[in-house]
Amino acid sequence: METVLISVLNGLVYGMLLFMLASGLTLIFSMMGVLNFAHASIYMLGAYLAFTVSRFVGFFPALIIAPILCGLIGAAIEIWGLRRVHHNGHIAELLFTFGLVFIIQRLVQMTWGMLPMAYRVPPSLDFPLFVLYGANFPAYRGFMLLVSAAMLLGTWLLLKKTRIGLIIQAALTHPQMVSSLGHNVPRVFTTVFAGGCLLAGLAGVIGGNYQTTEPGMADSMGPIVFVVVVFGGLGSLAGCFIASIVMGMIQTFAVVIDYSIADLLRPMGLMLTGDTLLTEVLTVPVARIGALLPFVMMVTILFFRPRGLMGTRDT
Amino acid sequence: MKSRWLILALIAVAIALPWCFYDWGHHRHAGFLLSMLSQMGMMVILALSYNMLLGQAGLFSLCHATFFGIGGYATVHLLNAVGAGDVPVPMELMPLLAGLSGLALAILFGAMATKQRATAFAMITLGISELMATAALMFHHFFGGEGGVTTNRMIENSLFGLTYASGLQVYYLILAWTVLATGLMYYLTLTPLGRMANATRDNFERAQFIGYDPRMVRFLQFALSGFFAGIGGGLYAITYEIVTFDALAAPLSANALLMAYIGGTTVFGGPILGAILITLLQSGVSLLSNSWLVYVGVMFIAMVIFAPTGLAGIIKAHGPIRHSGRLGSLVVPYLRLVIPSLGLLLGFVGLVELMSFLTIGAAQGKKLVLFGGPVDVHAALPWVVSGGSLILGALWLRWEAAGFHRIWENLTAEVRR
Repeated sequence: METVLISVLNGLVYGMLLFMLASGLTLIFSMMGVLNFAHASIYMLGAYLAFTVSRFVGFFPALIIAPILCGLIGAAIEIWGLRRVHHNGHIAELLFTFGLVFIIQRLVQMTWGMLPMAYRVPPSLDFPLFVLYGANFPAYRGFMLLVSAAMLLGTWLLLKKTRIGLIIQAALTHPQMVSSLGHNVPRVFTTVFAGGCLLAGLAGVIGGNYQTTEPGMADSMGPIVFVVVVFGGLGSLAGCFIASIVMGMIQTFAVVIDYSIADLLRPMGLMLTGDTLLTEVLTVPVARIGALLPFVMMVTILFFRPRGLMGTRDT
Repeated sequence: MKSRWLILALIAVAIALPWCFYDWGHHRHAGFLLSMLSQMGMMVILALSYNMLLGQAGLFSLCHATFFGIGGYATVHLLNAVGAGDVPVPMELMPLLAGLSGLALAILFGAMATKQRATAFAMITLGISELMATAALMFHHFFGGEGGVTTNRMIENSLFGLTYASGLQVYYLILAWTVLATGLMYYLTLTPLGRMANATRDNFERAQFIGYDPRMVRFLQFALSGFFAGIGGGLYAITYEIVTFDALAAPLSANALLMAYIGGTTVFGGPILGAILITLLQSGVSLLSNSWLVYVGVMFIAMVIFAPTGLAGIIKAHGPIRHSGRLGSLVVPYLRLVIPSLGLLLGFVGLVELMSFLTIGAAQGKKLVLFGGPVDVHAALPWVVSGGSLILGALWLRWEAAGFHRIWENLTAEVRR
């Protein structure tokens, strides 16, 4: 029981972090048709910037400054990069963001070095929030939940209750029509791209000390975020939210389940002996298969239902 | 006709090159050169087979290394089996079997991935790539985990009685297979399948109206490119006698993309150029600099923005001007581009090296040597000089490029008339 509760909470924290990353990516992807490979790189950049900024002014100002810097970087990428390759088609845009992954990764290594950073949880949040069946739930995770819930509410209000939000929503599904109505769609694109990068930066700030801030963090996070976006479906933030939470739960629950297919077969009187490829496949515990699951899910959903969970159109 | 001579010359150079650097004093070949040339051969196959997707069919695949890697693993296990006397397979046919293993896997994954096109296709291949990379670390029997699988290539089973003890014999084996695979891939572009791949790339709806199934075309192209990638992987396994998870992980797929794109996807020979260039950079610049991948990355982005046809495309664009004999009138404009480009380049290299030296280099405890002299990283002067040369070079180049663009437009208009 206690493992389930703790795992639910951890899954929620991880899922909300994923949502913060994936929501921006979904908006960018649905509106511009650009799958931004560099999104996780911006996440990494957010963590590194927060580390550097927080050394000078402390964690909480960094929570504001680093995402804004990431948003500005995103705007610059859109204006000077993506817009220029836009007329060469979608493949060119994909290639462009793919190249950015390389450059940002190397720039980060050049600026901050190859080793993990000592980016830690701020002392004011470094205490156990409550004790659950003898296990501590750190206050920082509660803070992460709070920040992501605030971000969720903020994005929702922005999209549903403001004029720019309405235009963004319209441009999600009918960009040509919005353009015909006299709105500056490229500027909306820039805003959304910058906004998405800002959210990714925010996720980096609070995720950097939750996980580790190191040059490989973009590579480990990137594919998972893509899975979430594809799974949730294009043009649907609700689908993206559900997919994030599901993915967070799967990832945390898979780690704690220490059973394999062989354990299922045992009650049926099947005992596996020997050391062959088949026994290896059957005896791998779910905890290790957990890393495979997201990709199996992505390939399956793209194959059978390319519009994802709640998408409005095909990927 | 002319390109036939070029191909023959290239093959002749590839055959002769090891002997040009032969160390007569010690009666041995230059090991560095041989391993670089061998690497080039594999990478040429990898880049060309990747271009069967990206350039010829317009499919942006991210799992190409999967088939390269599987070819490598299959070869390693085959070599071990032959070494143990279980199955008799001559060394020369090993890459063919590796290719077949790549083909089998590509048929399996291609059936899934090619149902979609464009972005969805890219996503599925990303999923496949991550799936295989994760699986490779998980299942030790076939993939050997992080340590990989090792083998011994001296199996004494050869069609020509060769032992493959020396790097030279392996190199010639690679060369032969590279030429064979390249020829086959070129032949494929002439077949109806190759033409239909181009058609589905340019307008898949019209291809559908004519009565072809674009999915089938994509599938066949995907499967065949997997076959050739597998051949490359087989050669990799024979050369290094070890295959680790690196051979099927995402960085190698990215490398295939970089080589094909920088070389030029619109011309058949483009990826060959790209593979040779990137391998040269990889083995040359990586010795001098920690940050050679920054240069490759920036070159790639610059290509995507400014020259989407790649190096071969740029060369090809000069064709009409050369035919009219006006190539001479471009010499001066090109020379005018050289000076600001050099300034830009030096400034950029200087800044990158200075920056990476502050962190990575310092951790390795080396001394920074730039442009023939030691440089103090913490002084202001090198930073100012590099930054200034970068900015000045960029502004000047921008101005010159506008002028060059005018001349180029005029010239092409004249030639067309």
